[in-house]
Amino acid sequence: MKVNKKEVEHVAALARLTFSPEELELYTEQFNDILEYINRLNEVDLENVEPTSHVQPLKNVLREDCVVTSDEELRQSVLQEAPEVEHGFFKVPTIID
Amino acid sequence: MLILESAIVNEGKIGGIYLKLYEMTAYEAAQCLKRGEISSQQLVKAVYERINSVEPVIGGYITVLDQERVLAEAHRADELLQKGQAHSPLAGIPMALKDNICTNGIPTTCASRILSGYCPPYDAFVTARLKDAGAILMGKTNMDEFAMGSSTENSAFHTTVNPWDRDRVPGGSSGGSAAVVAAGEAFFALGSDTGGSIRQPASLCGVVGLKPTYGNVSRYGLIAFASSLDQIGPLTRDVRDAAFVLDIIAGHDKQDSTSVPGKKEHYVSFLGKEVRGMKVALPMECFGEGLKNEIKDVVMQAVEKCATVGVHFSEASAPSTKYALPAYYLVAPAEASSNLARYDGVQYGLSVRDAENLLALYWSTRKQGFGPEVKRRIMLGTYALSSGYYDAYYLKALKMRTLIREEFAKIFKDHDFIVTPTSPTVAFKIGEQKDDPLTMYLNDIYTITANLSGLPAISIPCGFVEGMPVGLQVIGRPFDEGRMLQFCYCLEGLLGIKGCMATINVKEGK
Amino acid sequence: MPGAYEVVIGLEVHVELHTASKIFCSCPNRFGSVPNTNICPVCLGLPGTLPVFNKKALELSLRAALALNCKVNSFSRFARKNYFYPDLPKAYQISQYEYPLGGIGSLDIFKDGELVRTVTIERLHLEEDAGKLLHDEEHASSYVDYNRCGVPLIEIVTAPDLRSSEEARLFLETLRRTLLYTEISDCKMEEGSMRCDANISLRPKGSEVLGQKVEIKNMNSFKAVQRGLEHEVMRQTKILDKGGRISQETRRWHEDKGVTSEMRSKEKEQDYRYFPEPDLPPIVVDDTMLKKIRAALPELPVTRYRRLMNNYGLSAYQAEIITSEQSLADFFEETLQNYTQPQKVANWLLGDVLKIINVVAKEINKTLFTPAHLAELLDLVDEGQISGPTAKEILEDCFKNGKMPAVIMVEKGLGQISDTEELERVVAKVLEENKAAVQDYEGGNKKVIAFLMGNVMKITGGKANPQMVTALLKKKLDK
Ligand SMILES: [Mg+2]
Ligand SMILES: [Zn+2]
Repeated sequence: MKVNKKEVEHVAALARLTFSPEELELYTEQFNDILEYINRLNEVDLENVEPTSHVQPLKNVLREDCVVTSDEELRQSVLQEAPEVEHGFFKVPTIID
Repeated sequence: MLILESAIVNEGKIGGIYLKLYEMTAYEAAQCLKRGEISSQQLVKAVYERINSVEPVIGGYITVLDQERVLAEAHRADELLQKGQAHSPLAGIPMALKDNICTNGIPTTCASRILSGYCPPYDAFVTARLKDAGAILMGKTNMDEFAMGSSTENSAFHTTVNPWDRDRVPGGSSGGSAAVVAAGEAFFALGSDTGGSIRQPASLCGVVGLKPTYGNVSRYGLIAFASSLDQIGPLTRDVRDAAFVLDIIAGHDKQDSTSVPGKKEHYVSFLGKEVRGMKVALPMECFGEGLKNEIKDVVMQAVEKCATVGVHFSEASAPSTKYALPAYYLVAPAEASSNLARYDGVQYGLSVRDAENLLALYWSTRKQGFGPEVKRRIMLGTYALSSGYYDAYYLKALKMRTLIREEFAKIFKDHDFIVTPTSPTVAFKIGEQKDDPLTMYLNDIYTITANLSGLPAISIPCGFVEGMPVGLQVIGRPFDEGRMLQFCYCLEGLLGIKGCMATINVKEGK
Repeated sequence: MPGAYEVVIGLEVHVELHTASKIFCSCPNRFGSVPNTNICPVCLGLPGTLPVFNKKALELSLRAALALNCKVNSFSRFARKNYFYPDLPKAYQISQYEYPLGGIGSLDIFKDGELVRTVTIERLHLEEDAGKLLHDEEHASSYVDYNRCGVPLIEIVTAPDLRSSEEARLFLETLRRTLLYTEISDCKMEEGSMRCDANISLRPKGSEVLGQKVEIKNMNSFKAVQRGLEHEVMRQTKILDKGGRISQETRRWHEDKGVTSEMRSKEKEQDYRYFPEPDLPPIVVDDTMLKKIRAALPELPVTRYRRLMNNYGLSAYQAEIITSEQSLADFFEETLQNYTQPQKVANWLLGDVLKIINVVAKEINKTLFTPAHLAELLDLVDEGQISGPTAKEILEDCFKNGKMPAVIMVEKGLGQISDTEELERVVAKVLEENKAAVQDYEGGNKKVIAFLMGNVMKITGGKANPQMVTALLKKKLDK
């Protein structure tokens, strides 16, 4: 499988990244090199192999339904890190869908 | 204790002591503190002096904490020590944390512009544990941006050099942590390991680096790169220190659902125990093509030394090792693409607000905030997960993980450990691999399997090639860190390569 | 051409679970707090934080799955749904994808006591809620409040089984009732704790093929769902009648204007890049766990509905209304603990009591009127101490001041005259004063008895026991 510039652009859009035409060129090239290497996986018959998404055999890790309210100090340090806050809200520019 | 004795004997003036104190291992320093021979404040001052002298060359830190503040903490530690109330062997010992481990109110940047100046409002689990133990934080260490890289060249801020040779990389992504430990700028450091990011820089800088079993050390407060692979672990000057640090940071944490409950191990107690009869596997896939002969020789010499104390070695095979790297370069970027999506300029960190709408805010913030390698991996991961490619890429990689796990489990049926070189090369020259991502990725070829399978693995120095340290990797069964440390402690003694500080090659003050 | 198309509707309902804390952190799950106060590093998705799953959220969603007859999957797990939006601080929502907690289930919907349809539930899965956005168009800005972020949700997806906007409304009402009975959620559409998106398509009557579906969002009340869907049926009918094609898109309902408008077209449809959530181990539900949940499952509305008909001889209509609110059904059955005639209780509840309830617009258990009040009131009527009209007057007073009916009767002097001697005296007096009427009666005009009764009532101020008076009059006249 090889990707072209248009596909790379589509992926960039999904990831909310933008590239200059030169960057796009370079990324497409590197992308294909890496994919070619990754495509080695196709040498292996994986048809009947179960995927591993968690390496430890844990299940049902649960916490009790207890409330802990954050203190004002924590709230202030969180808001302090925010680029723009107004009336206790995080502010963002207009959303265009 | 040879180094310590010489350090004390060789001086006459107090200033002289400071210069040498930083050379001790954490354990040796702790013994001195315990006997009241020195104070934590003296240790801190000694380390500051060392930082002042070598940091302009090494560049291991992103943030060095304010000396007054740190000394105040050392003073508190001294009080506890004097009263005999310091219950941890690490009380009063200066340390460093990789800059992806959260520290309340102290910048934690992941070496990324997008988090430049960001101060988390909470401590990581390991930070809190070490604080409770009385360890003294000196600063936050440099790394590849978001832990993506094997040379620390991907830091958005500066490059860290290898203390053994200023023209070479320290490895990565925990290159800063490895360098400051090797250069005497901290007694120990924590790093994080997603594909080899503790072990490879440890190997390249001649220190000990341990990646625990996945689930042994809480990830709470470790800024995620690839959540199913990340583990925090120590970088230390010897095996014993690694055991001491692991004793503090390992164990169940309710805040991390992947943290495995169970009885708390006492790793230090394994040190010095008999190793006779232990069985070690040498997977032939890790000693063949791609490995420099000189490195192979050094590793094999170490192996042969072990044989003299009754350790059995035999060849084994894990054929899927060949596919570990391709699988890794799907799993890790996929998870990273999701973990790094939150950096969008809304809640914290860089926010490029010249934008007239939200989408433009996202574009500009992420364009300016992320470096090229991070973008490359986000792209790769997004692609691997995108509709139509999930089965062809991501799912296949997860299946490959199963095969690798199974092969390792099979080897562990009749072996205690697997031994491999940590890295196929010694530290390479700065800039040498920077523009060739695929070559750079090959640095992790021997370390990645332990992450994919969740197994514990450690790198210890085992010799030198071209005057540069070579690391030997030991991979163990799940949660068998105790016996791995036992084995490595013995091997370290046999090799006589301990406290590499004595031969450090930093041209102090230029 | 009206009626040429069949309407096909499937619903996606999001319901907030009634837990004390959020799904993955310990922040309070509370509506209406000061913006950004119920927040912590975890629900804000700050770098390095990790989720830990709330046990109560699992129990409630299992209860919901059982209440909706879903097959509970023994293995389920969380997945990340990746998309960028400022109300989603991690830029992914922890949801479930290929392994949801609940598989195929069903819910029966009724109208006037008749089963309208058994609606298939396709899946029930757990996820976290997002924050809330306020838009300020004037200043080209939006404001984010993360209090709701991380509130536990279940998403219930139906098959495209519904055939009209009314059926959609009935489904939602039945679902709401079921979730209220089982205390899974408070299901307040106006507070957003129950939200509904709909997929709707039209096809020529008789056709088996599904038409192009359109997704409708932002319908914030039961009425809005019905209105929104009705409008969409009209819009699509018009297009199809003109030979046009429906385009695949997501549309937003505007309650104020009564129209839907395009929100997102197919080309902009999202690619959510789901993958298993590495931070959360899977959920394995075994029989023991399920048994425990099942044992604690309260009676479902549909079961109660059938039981009320069987045990108390209620009509389907009566049972449907009484079970429409759990509090009303509880009231009904509690009254019967002190009063034995179910029909009379049902008649009073469905008649005068509901009339008052509708005026005060409160649930019956939030008023001063209790089952003890109703039982005593009915006893007084049966014992002949008060008349029907008097009982209605007393009922209203009960709602106002919570006093017991007997107390009100005495205080207001509303008791009926049932004293035989006194009534005999009045009857004798009336017969004496109305000789002509007595003669008419004896002549065969039995209807004058009503006239005589009226006179007895006039003298007693309406308090005479009518049954006793009738009996006395007859006794005297027939002698
Ligand atoms: Mg949903
Ligand atoms: Zn929270």
